[in-house]
Amino acid sequence: MNPSQAELPFEAAFAQLEDVVQKLEEGDLPLEEAMGLYERGMALAGRCQTVLDQAELRVTQVAGEGEEETPFDEEG
Amino acid sequence: MVILSVRELAVYIHQLLEYDEVLADIWVEGEVSNLARSRAGHVYFTLKEEQAQVSCALFRRSAMRQERLPTDGEAVLAHGKVSFYEAGGKLQLYVDTVRPQGVGLLYAQFQELKARLEAEGLFDETLKRPLPPFPRRIGVVTSPTAAALRDILNILGRRYPLVEVVISPTQVQGKQAAGQIVTAFQNLQGRDVDLIIVARGGGSLEDLWPFNEEPVARAIRAAHVPVISGVGHETDYTIADFAADVRAPTPSGAAEIAVPDQDTLRADITRLRAQLEQEMDRQLQTFGRRLEEHVRALHRLSPWALIVERRQRVDDLTDRAGRSVRHHLAVARERLRSATLRLAALDPRAVLSRGYAIVRQPGGTIVLSPEQVATGERLDVQVRDGSFGAEVVD
Repeated sequence: MNPSQAELPFEAAFAQLEDVVQKLEEGDLPLEEAMGLYERGMALAGRCQTVLDQAELRVTQVAGEGEEETPFDEEG
Repeated sequence: MVILSVRELAVYIHQLLEYDEVLADIWVEGEVSNLARSRAGHVYFTLKEEQAQVSCALFRRSAMRQERLPTDGEAVLAHGKVSFYEAGGKLQLYVDTVRPQGVGLLYAQFQELKARLEAEGLFDETLKRPLPPFPRRIGVVTSPTAAALRDILNILGRRYPLVEVVISPTQVQGKQAAGQIVTAFQNLQGRDVDLIIVARGGGSLEDLWPFNEEPVARAIRAAHVPVISGVGHETDYTIADFAADVRAPTPSGAAEIAVPDQDTLRADITRLRAQLEQEMDRQLQTFGRRLEEHVRALHRLSPWALIVERRQRVDDLTDRAGRSVRHHLAVARERLRSATLRLAALDPRAVLSRGYAIVRQPGGTIVLSPEQVATGERLDVQVRDGSFGAEVVD
């Protein structure tokens, strides 16, 4: 997987995955291109999976307009 | 001088009241007395004050819609229209809504604001913005200490933990709350969030009141991203709900609407993976078949194949040629054998061994008849074992 794919946000990776599957299903591709698409599709699916598996909810809080966000303290 | 019949007078008064705009849609507050229910289910009472009173009629269908019926002595706020009951000669307030005065006032204010903002177009469907399907950052306007926020965070964390949450804290009840909610929205303005949830848990009409204030409605519509409102319980509708782009029945409902569910997404990914595999499989099979066909064609057309084929033909012809020759030989041998036998049968020497003799004249001519010879002629007689001379005697 190339570097830009490793950084893809979930929405983009998912949309591209659907795209690849559709292209492959339309058929009529030379074998090399089909295999290339297949590999790319599997890489994208893996990326989507990874993003979901590694995700942890990040929660911050703002105090005023234009002010910095601070981590949210449940007790506070 | 105008003289009217009673009926004409009654009709006149009736029409006078019907055409009066104020009396056609009016709120009246007063104390309930002489409450009575007719057998048909209609409710009749008097609304009174110190020096005045008005008869009221709350018909069965409207009566059933009320949360509860008023009681004698209760201070209420009633809405309806004033008309003249001709047959009874009575002026009456025909009531469609009656509520306890405290809440009733709030409720009236709620209706009035809702109507006004709706007329202004603030709640128009065309203003509603679509929600982003995969939000990255969500702003939440709510109390930081209340259960509503915990519920929202739990649900977001369970369904779609890759989202980031930015809390803009505010009070959610009391006199200060409306202003703080507006400020909380302003604090999110221009920040990088894809949508905003405004939420508070269940409560009475007074508790929820800040979400019925005009500035809050305007702040919601002025937000730079779509707003989901999750205020109160399922049955609570606030002005904020009408102003928001999407209304959720509760704070938890708002969190569920805001993000996709990762279980669904995982299932989608699995399905797409399977489709990829299937497609690839299918393509490989197609290519494989095509390859086989090409190879077979190649084999058919290759010079080597030609040689093999020709050689086979040669072998075949050789075989056939050989068989043919042998066949002819056999036939010839057979004929020879048969001829030889026949010949052998015809051999004159065989005749001799049976006792016959061959008689020849001196020139070699074979004697076949007595006419051929003269008496005294010398003849040669050949018998099996040799030959001797003989003379014709007779």
